[in-house]
Amino acid sequence: MYSEKVMDHFQNPRNMGEIEDASGVGTVGNAKCGDIMRIFLDIDEDGIIREARFKTFGCGAAVATSSMATELVKGRTVQEALQVTNRAVMEALDGLPPVKVHCSLLAEEAIHAALWDYAKKQGIAIEGLQEPKADIHEGEAPA
Amino acid sequence: MIYLDNAATTKMAPEAVEAMLPYFTEQYGNPSAIYSLGSAGKKAMGEARRTIAAAIGARQEEIYFTAGGTEADNWAIKAAAESLAGKGRHIITTKIEHHAVLHTCGYLEKKGYEVTYLDVDRDGIVDPEALKAAIRPDTILISVMFANNEIGTMEPIGEIGAIARERGILFHTDAVQAFGQVPIDVEEMHIDMLSASAHKLNGPKGTGMLYIRSGTKIRSFVHGGAQERGVRAGTENVPGIVGFAAAVRRALSRMEEKARRERELRDYLIRRIEGEIPHCRLNGHREKRLPGNVNISFRFIEGESLLIMLDMRGVCASSGSACTSGSLDPSHVLLAIGLKHEEAHGSLRMTLSEENTEEELDQVVGHLKEIVQRLRDMSPLYEDFMKSRKE
Ligand SMILES: Cc1ncc(COP(=O)(O)O)c(C=O)c1O
Ligand code: FES
Repeated sequence: MYSEKVMDHFQNPRNMGEIEDASGVGTVGNAKCGDIMRIFLDIDEDGIIREARFKTFGCGAAVATSSMATELVKGRTVQEALQVTNRAVMEALDGLPPVKVHCSLLAEEAIHAALWDYAKKQGIAIEGLQEPKADIHEGEAPA
Repeated sequence: MIYLDNAATTKMAPEAVEAMLPYFTEQYGNPSAIYSLGSAGKKAMGEARRTIAAAIGARQEEIYFTAGGTEADNWAIKAAAESLAGKGRHIITTKIEHHAVLHTCGYLEKKGYEVTYLDVDRDGIVDPEALKAAIRPDTILISVMFANNEIGTMEPIGEIGAIARERGILFHTDAVQAFGQVPIDVEEMHIDMLSASAHKLNGPKGTGMLYIRSGTKIRSFVHGGAQERGVRAGTENVPGIVGFAAAVRRALSRMEEKARRERELRDYLIRRIEGEIPHCRLNGHREKRLPGNVNISFRFIEGESLLIMLDMRGVCASSGSACTSGSLDPSHVLLAIGLKHEEAHGSLRMTLSEENTEEELDQVVGHLKEIVQRLRDMSPLYEDFMKSRKE
């Protein structure tokens, strides 16, 4: 059901884990099936994403899209990271089954949420970034 | 490969395959034909009907062959509803039925019937008192499954049947998971209609039956020729029916031994998982459950990921996770026994057969320990949980 790339990222997830004292952390929940994704970003003074990590509670597609999304934003500027859409993540994974498209939206939203958190901490505004929807803040995750 | 999905379907028994073969090749005649080529099939079907009737304490003319459990459920419920519409339009069933029953009831609701879906307790058991309270003057049918396909819980069918009989209400039970696994007696249990399916007991797929107590007013379901006493038309699936009966014969002859063995394996697996993997819970009743059913929720992880990782290690199982359901809703059975979405997500169903071994289960436990830990390390919920514990 999944492409080889999806299976590869599921079996060998890149960037799985946490970043201590991250510049930005975003946690989003999927209203559709109840899954949760958290992305940690480490961003330097020049606004370049040095490190990206994830934690995901979800299906194979959710794990693979988290893994791929963190790969795609690493080394990019904040503005470039904003351009990493769910479509881009899906393409990089050679596609997802139709019922799994919503899982890739989770990755896009989680990145936006992490960037939003970063902007808030820095007291800056990021052009083109809106307050992420479906944001589940830490501690609020369903028990 | 380690196959732990016998509630989904089973491997065919060699004697069932053997019994079927002649009816594909030499004995291909239509059982309705006058000439002798059809007569072997007709005779074999008669024997099959007697075997299956005897298995549930029924008479042969009360057994109607169908194309599986789903058709039997559809038939029982729709035909009863139609036949008894003059008396009333209220049906009672439960929240944990198979979709073959639930979606049929949903269809009838659109047609103007009213359906009460009984709650179950934490273990998945229907309360006979709640059933009594739900009965109305216009109740025409009670349908409660014999044993649940996800959590394995066995319902108090005899008690429910007695209530239905006392109130003069038709009683149907979906026994697809129980037939051939545990003793069933339609007289003792006051069952008026019963659905069963061959592929759950080492018989062929696409073959099943509906028992209908004689004297029950029930409409024909498939219109056409005179087969199945004119109520379920269509040239019979002779090989399927013969294979079904062969599987039933085998299941009956070794029911006790098989159940004992499966219970041993089941309890061994449950004991090891509960003892060695933290934050898990057994779903379904600990004793009143099908001999081969193990259903456990692992907190903080998701079932599809778990299933893929098990599959990569050669283990076949299933899950009630929303991510595996196609509809993206978690299992209605797990929600009905009070699980939170997150707990339903991490559910794993392993349904054993007597052919499984302790060594296989040891391997499975080894894989599970590793996979569950790996998925927990990946889980934001587990991270939050561990942090909240430190505080
Ligand atoms: C309880 C129950 N009812 C009905 C069915 C449907 O049976 P079949 O697959 O023969 O249509 C199943 C099997 O999935 C089942 O477990
Ligand atoms: S995360 Fe639930 S379907 Fe993908």
